[in-house]
Amino acid sequence: MDLNFTDEEQAFRSEVRAFVRGHLPGGIRDKVLNGRHLTRDETMDWHRILAEHGWGAPTWPKEHGGTGWDPVREFIFEEECAAYGAPRLLPFGLRMVGPVIMTFGSAAQQQRFLPRIAAAQDFWCQGYSEPGSGSDLASLKTSAVRSGNHYLVNGQKTWITLAQYADWIFCLVRTDPAARAQAGISFLLIDMKSPGITVRPIITMDGGHEVNEVWFEEVKVPVENRVGEENKGWTYAKFLLGHERTNIAGVGASKRELDRLKQIAAGESKNGRPLLEDRAFAARIAQVEIELLALEITQLRVLSAEAARKAPGPEASLLKIKGTEIQQALSELMMQARGPSGLSFEGISATYCNLRKTSIYGGSNEIQKNIISQWLLKL
Amino acid sequence: MDFNFSKEQEQLGETIQRFVAREYSTERRKAILKSREGFSREVWAQLAELGLLALLIPEEHGGMGASALEVLLTMNAIGKALLLEPYLPSAILGTSLVRDLGSGEQKKAMLPALAAGELIVVPAHGEAGARYELERVATRATATADGFVLEGKKAVVLHATAANMLLVSARTAGAVNDRAGISLFVVPRDAAGLSLQEYPTLDSQRAADVTLHEVRVPRQNLLGPEGGAFEALSAAFDLGIAALCAEAVGALSASLDATVEYTRTRKQFGQPIGKFQVLQHRMADMLMHVEQARSMSYLAAMRCTDGDAAVRGRAVSAAKALVGQACRFVGQQSIQLHGGMGMTDELLISHHFRRLAAIELSLGDTEHHLEKFARGAQ
Repeated sequence: MDLNFTDEEQAFRSEVRAFVRGHLPGGIRDKVLNGRHLTRDETMDWHRILAEHGWGAPTWPKEHGGTGWDPVREFIFEEECAAYGAPRLLPFGLRMVGPVIMTFGSAAQQQRFLPRIAAAQDFWCQGYSEPGSGSDLASLKTSAVRSGNHYLVNGQKTWITLAQYADWIFCLVRTDPAARAQAGISFLLIDMKSPGITVRPIITMDGGHEVNEVWFEEVKVPVENRVGEENKGWTYAKFLLGHERTNIAGVGASKRELDRLKQIAAGESKNGRPLLEDRAFAARIAQVEIELLALEITQLRVLSAEAARKAPGPEASLLKIKGTEIQQALSELMMQARGPSGLSFEGISATYCNLRKTSIYGGSNEIQKNIISQWLLKL
Repeated sequence: MDFNFSKEQEQLGETIQRFVAREYSTERRKAILKSREGFSREVWAQLAELGLLALLIPEEHGGMGASALEVLLTMNAIGKALLLEPYLPSAILGTSLVRDLGSGEQKKAMLPALAAGELIVVPAHGEAGARYELERVATRATATADGFVLEGKKAVVLHATAANMLLVSARTAGAVNDRAGISLFVVPRDAAGLSLQEYPTLDSQRAADVTLHEVRVPRQNLLGPEGGAFEALSAAFDLGIAALCAEAVGALSASLDATVEYTRTRKQFGQPIGKFQVLQHRMADMLMHVEQARSMSYLAAMRCTDGDAAVRGRAVSAAKALVGQACRFVGQQSIQLHGGMGMTDELLISHHFRRLAAIELSLGDTEHHLEKFARGAQ
């Protein structure tokens, strides 16, 4: 066991740091550091800059155009990007549909879709939740009826992050209405330009437009866009959720936010002294910092174990819960650190509102505890 | 970065786990608890045979020259089986102080005997009113023509009665909270003027308050430089904190396992209570505490021997603060989920609970280390 980075890992860190500092556009960085939303072009620009350097798919194996990095390098990469204020690479293509296509897709699908994800040419979104199917995802009703070489898709998806920018959506649809909930689901890749698709914005309490409703009305989807077997989509969906949860921990970004919290607390004053030196407030910051320190090691432990067996496991649920609790605690402390100024509805207080989503999305933290009970504790 | 134990370390871990599983059944432990000394000399000798009392002793003195990771693996097993033997005070704290401060002659005299289990040496450092402040020492040592006279009181000295020697800290110079001026003395437990008031601890181990009245020790019993023991004490206690964290992880995961197993078999309302979601989520919370604590026990083990006292202190304080909270949460919830059975002395879970509570209060509690970490992190 060795918790120190090797010389090669340190050199890699310097390389990433130099690249990010040299290539991240200032406008994008400003927005990230101030918690503002990026446009489609800004999101894609950064990904493209990385892709042109050969880093477009930092979590993929080499044979699919990825970097082939081990979990420690992935971690260093994410940490260095986050520390300087680079936006997080969107997970929908890289972390979600990409690994599904790699593992369960046909050779034709792999050739068609994977290079375009790695090269930041396609913007993907995720069509899982429905108005009546949140935590109970397997109850979903959006239907796909086979008609020759096509499926005809009808229904409604909701909470679709950045659907307003997306070229493609991957969807869970019901192909066998007679089967038991999990058994009749298939996994479809749908072109967002298809006739019959309508995107309607949902404005969240922070005033932002991140999520949308997506409506499907007699949308024709070629059968060749189905991943894997018909009615086996639930298996692929669960595989994908495991990848999503590992990524949600966000240790790198939380480290950056912790530094920001300390800066804010150093600039505010209480009883004529910097708030950062207030014993009660300092202890609250220390509590989160220690949890984050532990999560960093836990994440590396889990990722190393996953790399050894080549699949995410239920341990990812632990990372999701702890990671999101820390993100929320940091945003809460930042807002509180501002004191009465926290009342102004801008970056910090809006982010506090926005981050309430983290314990809800990706499988609510309560669902994660069900997964831990079932798969780790075997209850 | 690498999270794997070496082959040799894995083998050592398995050996210890097998040993405690074989030799330390709940029944055997109960008998040992009732014995006069409150621990087993036989088990102590077996620990010596396995080389476990020699982990921290350099090879040239008949030891293993092992790292903090071997200590971690040993303490995991000790925590799981709730060993009552004076491993932490003697094999870790006492031994590392002799190793780090002893003269060539002192080491030659004591280390091989410590390794063989013939000698038990424990620190007598803490004092009433000092809480967890390492530098607050009021006990005085006054130089005489051929040695020193010690005067003062030491509080909660673990396994003092069983020890052959106490390593007594006393001030040869400076004010009561100065780091400089603290010296360590090897004092035979039966020295004239030394008296013990023994009592059981929260976790059924033995401790004593020690009164030193005109205790005379020859100059050769000074351990380390006169007035310069603080750094070594601090290093030994940091190693001790890492060891405690590892012991806690063993006890924490044993508590969680026992609780999960109990809720699988205990039936109410016609089904195992482990089927109730409110209890499942509680156990998921317990698991998160255990895994975060495990991560921090690794960090503490890897950093507690760092040459930079600030790096060392920061890591062990972070670890102890987080592990302390895990001890409290997992300990309390283990009892809660066992219901009335959890309250009984009969079940091992209540003994785990008491050990976890004791660990939280030992070598700095959660509040102490959280504050220490916060001061260093600004």
